[in-house]
Amino acid sequence: MNEATAAQTDSPMIEITGLNKWYGDFHVLRDIDLTVARGERIVICGPSGSGKSTLIRCINHLEEHQEGRIVVNGMPMTRDVKRIEQIRRNVGMVFQHFNLFPHLSVLENCCISQTWVQKKPRAEAERTAREILERVQIADQALKYPGQLSGGQQQRVAIARALCMQPEVMLFDEPTSALDPEMIKEVLDVMVELARDGMTMLCVTHEMGFAKTVADRVIFMDQGQIIEQAPPETFFNHPKSERTQLFLSQILGH
Amino acid sequence: MVDTSTVTEMVAERRPPDLRRGLLGWLHTNLFNTPFNGVVTLITLALLAMVLWPTLQWAVFQADWLGDSREACSGKGACWVFISARFESIVYGFYPNSARWRVDLVFLLMAVLVAWLVIPRLPAKRWVGLFALVGFPVVAFFLLVGGSFGLEHVPTRDWGGVMLTLTIATVGIVGSLPIGVVLALGRRSQMPLVRGFCVVFIEFWRGVPLITVLFMASVMLPLFVPTQVEFDKLLRALVGIMFFWSAYMAEVVRGGLQAIPSGQEEAAKAMGMGYWQRMGLIVLPQALKLVIPGIVNTFIALFKDTSLVLIIGLFDLLAIIRAGLTDSDWLGFATEGYVFAALVFWVFCFSMSRYSQYIERRLHTGHRN
Amino acid sequence: MLRSSSRERGPLWRDPTFRALLVQGILLLALGAFVVMVVSNTMANLEARGITTGFGFLQDRAGFSIPQTLIEYSGDSTYARTFVVGLLNTLLVSAMGIVAATLIGFAVGIARLSPNWLLARLASAYVEIFRNIPLLVQILFWYFAVLQALPSPRNSHSLFEVIFLNVRGVVLPDPQPLAGFAATPWALLVAVIATWGMVRFARRRQARTGRPLPVFKLGALLLIGLPLATFLVTGMPLEWSIPSLQGFNFQGGVTVLPELIALWLALSIYTASFIAEIVRSGIQSVPEGQVEAAKALSLPAGIILRKVVIPQAMRVIVPQLTSQHLNLIKNSSLATAIGYPDLVAVFSGTALNQTGQAIEIVAMTMAVYLLINLVVSALMNLYNARTLLKER
Repeated sequence: MNEATAAQTDSPMIEITGLNKWYGDFHVLRDIDLTVARGERIVICGPSGSGKSTLIRCINHLEEHQEGRIVVNGMPMTRDVKRIEQIRRNVGMVFQHFNLFPHLSVLENCCISQTWVQKKPRAEAERTAREILERVQIADQALKYPGQLSGGQQQRVAIARALCMQPEVMLFDEPTSALDPEMIKEVLDVMVELARDGMTMLCVTHEMGFAKTVADRVIFMDQGQIIEQAPPETFFNHPKSERTQLFLSQILGH
Repeated sequence: MVDTSTVTEMVAERRPPDLRRGLLGWLHTNLFNTPFNGVVTLITLALLAMVLWPTLQWAVFQADWLGDSREACSGKGACWVFISARFESIVYGFYPNSARWRVDLVFLLMAVLVAWLVIPRLPAKRWVGLFALVGFPVVAFFLLVGGSFGLEHVPTRDWGGVMLTLTIATVGIVGSLPIGVVLALGRRSQMPLVRGFCVVFIEFWRGVPLITVLFMASVMLPLFVPTQVEFDKLLRALVGIMFFWSAYMAEVVRGGLQAIPSGQEEAAKAMGMGYWQRMGLIVLPQALKLVIPGIVNTFIALFKDTSLVLIIGLFDLLAIIRAGLTDSDWLGFATEGYVFAALVFWVFCFSMSRYSQYIERRLHTGHRN
Repeated sequence: MLRSSSRERGPLWRDPTFRALLVQGILLLALGAFVVMVVSNTMANLEARGITTGFGFLQDRAGFSIPQTLIEYSGDSTYARTFVVGLLNTLLVSAMGIVAATLIGFAVGIARLSPNWLLARLASAYVEIFRNIPLLVQILFWYFAVLQALPSPRNSHSLFEVIFLNVRGVVLPDPQPLAGFAATPWALLVAVIATWGMVRFARRRQARTGRPLPVFKLGALLLIGLPLATFLVTGMPLEWSIPSLQGFNFQGGVTVLPELIALWLALSIYTASFIAEIVRSGIQSVPEGQVEAAKALSLPAGIILRKVVIPQAMRVIVPQLTSQHLNLIKNSSLATAIGYPDLVAVFSGTALNQTGQAIEIVAMTMAVYLLINLVVSALMNLYNARTLLKER
């Protein structure tokens, strides 16, 4: 425990070195090196199949990597189940398809990890949940079930559910791709708010407007590797690699 | 925080670490990836060896295959002579020798029809299907029963074996499908009396065991008709089987009807079609296509349950074999007899279930022809 | 032309309301005619055969014996009692079958999803083999090919000289309670109540303090420990009647009929192959994303299973499982093929042959199955309504 607290102050939030991953014979992630500082906001973009989702899913061990080292909040990732759970406690994740638990109410979705992981009393867990639901402006829906909410509302609940663990870092895996256009803004607003409060964030997204306003660094991935990384102004105005230029022209071109 | 931008050179694709590749890699990931899984694999292998080897010894290596009487049985393994000696009665029952070509002809026609319907490349499925449901039963009826066109009459008490099993199964499906469709439409009707009748009818048959239905058909049905009417035993069983399975068929078809968006019927209404036109031309063709797997599954269940006619004294495949086991020359071959019966039923049912899975996959992936 | 309503009407026979009435009228007439015809034919037939109608026969002496009776029964008992004995035998084999089929089915269904290739293949082979062979063939196989091939009582296979297996069935030791044994079942009852209370307390304590209790371990300790302790403290007041060979047969112990064993084996193994498929598809119906989300919340594997996967899988599994249980109950009527004395065999079989009261007996038999079906379906609808996912 001492080791971990000591690490919290001076180590980077996430440190990835020499990460390689294969699906069968397919080489999805190639020699990834990435360091995320505390409070840093990173946007990862790239064509589909470039390994960006796989990369952030390795950080909380939803995917197992074969080579390389991942250190989260000072704790190196091992295959030890307890260690993996310990790391996941610090890492919140938001999915493209929300993945809310349909059989639990919004409030119960937010309380489940507080009850079973943090072992908090019911009243305290509910108080925290309601506070955070208030922050994502959905407190009035607390007793409804996910199926009764719109996509944008569900995604905000999913963000709240992740925040209820009080994580040190948040991972977003294309959080707005499954949403109808009119609902994207309400989710992005919540994410911008979160960034202002100083949360460390890694977002896989194609929302370039969000990248420009919020990101400290934009990473472009292709064919399983990081091609280019730069602050947003440099990245959007003076992309260096040809692939980045091509990608940007495709996505901003019209 | 990074102030300047960085660009990396491309990294060449590499092979994964050795552990994941080749036969050893496969063994590792699929059988021995954790100690627990390794133990499970070893226990499973031991169990398999304990069951499979003696079974093979009995059924194949030590078995007696040739001969035509009990003397051919060495007693070391299975004696399949029991089956080969009775093969003709297992296929034809007591059907007279001179008329067996008629049964063969029906078998052949059936095989051609089934093959035509199952092989995707062959054209005119709709017409062949219609013939299989309407024309084929008529042809088969005249061929099997005889008594007209100069064919000798063969009473149904002489029918038996595989031939009877297939007859019951065919009549069952040909009869229950149309009744089932009508019941399914009735259950969705706006008219309370029609709907109520269909609901009660369907739920009644689905609530009772087939055995009691067969009992009812064999002991109660004769009471329902005027005394002078002779009611064939096979026909009574067939009536019971048809009603029983039509209820199950109705529920399968209803599932398909519910899956068709209401827009389809509205569009048909907007084109000025009447009820039967809407159903017959628009809704039913789509619904039935959707539930082919369900229909095949019901048919498999029906096919398996044809064996129940044994209990009311008809001689289907299973009953013929069981009768053979009581032959004083062939006592003590129950295992061979029932294993053979199981094998025949299994081959039919397994291939049908594979077909239904294949159709289901094709429907799911959206390839329709 | 009459204009009674605000809307103009066409000819009467093209009016939808009239048509609906007409169709229903015809249906009603046809049904009525059918019933009248059937009833009059039946009356004439019964009269011609000299059979009286009505349920009076239920009070008559049955005069035949039944090899397995759960309540007192002899040849002097009435047909009404025959009915009850048959019904109880049906319920016995159904209950045994439901328990075994569910256990095997869950085990095989979960094994099919195992990451172990061999185990998964073995489980799917089990399913493909047993669900594609008619139940009746399986019943006859177990009865005639396996159990009838067992040795005579004198040459029984034995397990530790306590349990014996022969052509007449399985002979098991029979527990004989002595004075003071009554305390043990009472202790079990107390343990059940205490466990229920403990679970409630654990839930409230967790809500208050956040700390969970090891509910499963405590429950198991209570349920096993308390009756066991009582049993030991009261001086083990139970005597076993051990079967022993006397002449050509066994004395003492209880004999389980081979018919019951064959039927039970076949019903369990056959139905389990369907249940396994239901369990597999139920578990697979829970999207991968649900487990991933739960993992991302750092929930431990046990909690993911208990709070996320099982509740969602059960929603899919339970209704289909119930319909398999109903099928098993209906299929237990195949008992008649090997002479296990179930409702159909003794009532629709022997009793019907003796009395000739076909209509009453078949109707009573069907009514029993229909009643079971209706009750279970009603319970199922209740369950479905309760667990229905709330959606917009």
